[in-house]
Amino acid sequence: MRLLEFQAKELFREYGINLLESKASANIEEARRHAEEIGYPFVIKIQVPVGGRGKAGGIQTCNNKDELELKYPQVSELVIKGEKARAVLLEKMADIKKELYLSLFLNRSKRCYTVIASSEGGVEIESVKNQVIEEVGMGDVPDGVAKKVAQKIGLEGAVADGFADTLKKLSKLTVEKEAELAEINPLAIMQDDSVIALDGKFVTDDNSNFRHDELQKYQEKSEMEARAEKSGFSLVELDGDIAVVGNGAGLVMSTLDMLADNGGRPACFLDVGGGATTESVYEALTLISRIGGVRGILVNLYGGIVKTTVVAEAFLQAYESNLMGIPVFARLKGTESEKAREMLKNSRTKMFDSVEEAINAAVMGVKK
Amino acid sequence: MRDIMALLRGSPEEGDYMKKGVIVQGITGAYGSLHTRNMMAYGTNVVAGVTPGKGGQEFDGIPVYNTMKEAVDATRARISIVYVPAKFFLGAATEALEAGIKLLVAIPEHVPVRDTMRTLEIAEQKGAIMIGPNTPGVMIPELIKIGIMPATPFKAGNIAVLSKSGTLLYEISDALTGSGFGQAVTIGIGGDPVNGTRLVDAFEMVRNIPDLEGLVVVGEIGGDSEEMLAQRIIECGFEKPTVAYIAGRAAPKEKRMGHAGAIVMGTYGSAESKISMFNKANIPVAKRPAEVPVLLAGKMDKSD
Repeated sequence: MRLLEFQAKELFREYGINLLESKASANIEEARRHAEEIGYPFVIKIQVPVGGRGKAGGIQTCNNKDELELKYPQVSELVIKGEKARAVLLEKMADIKKELYLSLFLNRSKRCYTVIASSEGGVEIESVKNQVIEEVGMGDVPDGVAKKVAQKIGLEGAVADGFADTLKKLSKLTVEKEAELAEINPLAIMQDDSVIALDGKFVTDDNSNFRHDELQKYQEKSEMEARAEKSGFSLVELDGDIAVVGNGAGLVMSTLDMLADNGGRPACFLDVGGGATTESVYEALTLISRIGGVRGILVNLYGGIVKTTVVAEAFLQAYESNLMGIPVFARLKGTESEKAREMLKNSRTKMFDSVEEAINAAVMGVKK
Repeated sequence: MRDIMALLRGSPEEGDYMKKGVIVQGITGAYGSLHTRNMMAYGTNVVAGVTPGKGGQEFDGIPVYNTMKEAVDATRARISIVYVPAKFFLGAATEALEAGIKLLVAIPEHVPVRDTMRTLEIAEQKGAIMIGPNTPGVMIPELIKIGIMPATPFKAGNIAVLSKSGTLLYEISDALTGSGFGQAVTIGIGGDPVNGTRLVDAFEMVRNIPDLEGLVVVGEIGGDSEEMLAQRIIECGFEKPTVAYIAGRAAPKEKRMGHAGAIVMGTYGSAESKISMFNKANIPVAKRPAEVPVLLAGKMDKSD
């Protein structure tokens, strides 16, 4: 799961990483109370699980009450890359000397954690210059390595010590929580040479959730995602009008790509898992019927063993129970396809031999 | 590189040549039993099963043991396939490797990365290969099937297929078979962030197969396994006709697309990065699964 900035900072605080005073607010009333405690000036930051907040106007300075009243609603009502505010963080203004970059990520092909550090932080990682990259194994980063990284990015004295200390604490946190990514960008050097995390990004391994009850309070799932997960599906909601359903992550991604290549706009990615049964396909159609703006459903099932009649039965049930009134364009590979086609002859489901044909029909179909 | 073909096939002087024994861990579970029957129907020589607490029973005539040590001691099998739930995977895999298993096929999805890493460490100490987790398995068509793949898409032949995805492996193998390209071996490396056998490792396992006529790589967004493979292909001067396919070009960034490993972080793991590396290696990348055999045939014409 991907933690929000204020959640990542809760963990940073627990592990002794230096932070400015900050408080997350759910609404303006709460923000007014926090403003009293923190004192002006402070920064307000929208809490969304995506980057690019600054550019989108999601980070603003408040010098007094009037500015808070004016800017808080502007920030809290922003939608950034489709994401609405989960909270707004108020954080004490900082007197910064320099911004650094620091992250630890799971290097998948090298099979170890890797540190990326730079003396030029505050911009997105792709634009971070003079990156120092250090592979550090799967355990905590030792003192010597942390100091070496500090030296490599040109730090000296108290600042180097502060940086190395932050890296060691961040690595302990990363290892203990089984994170895939822990990023502090920017990591600031203050006027007094202390080193402080101004932002935080933290992504954990969902598959290790069962070992981390303490992180479950950060788990955020839409009702749809929760339902999908309960059925063993993977669902990613997108903003187009053709829902894409299939079995197997690779196959559904591939269907999404081909749909986009043909000018179609996917409304969702829904992987029902390796097999397909009448029940699972019916449940998938139920979920899709709740996504807004869907005008057609593209189904691509590759079942070596799956009987297509079993899937056809789910479509018939869905029409019968008035679950959906929209057309389905299906490519079902498997046994008994002649019989399945016969079953669906008078329904709004069209069956095709190839996925290319199904996609063309779907793209044409929703244009009508 | 440990020789997967020798493990799967053996050599003529061995008593179990072309019928290597396989132990199924989790044989009595719903999933394990279904796929054990499918593997046996395909001709795979399943010699034992392991389910703690069910030792002494039989499953379709196959003896069931409580521990891997007992199963390995009794059968001397060197291959196991694991069907246990993800949270028990590390325990089952450790037991298998310590009992002397040399090829571990890890089917479960949702294994924590740290457990995969730990298993890999043990596998390396023991000189064993781990395929997966979250893999459909490995097969030599018409000889041995160790996994959950359906039988119908595959046919014996001389193309090696390496794939992160299960259903795309079936889909593309089916297309290859339909175009007359049988498969020498297919290896599902799995859709997890960390793979026991990376694409580059799988490549090393198959590149020297005698009679190999071509290679098909089925990748997807996430990580840099494909880039690493393309780099390796350039470095070693591999010249057999090779074609790639990459799923996830249209996927949004920072969203996990079904597989734990299928996620683009910044530019790390993007389809563009993989496609451009394959282009550098002079490997055409198909836009659709059905295009793979067409491109492969094109490559073969050129190399004639």
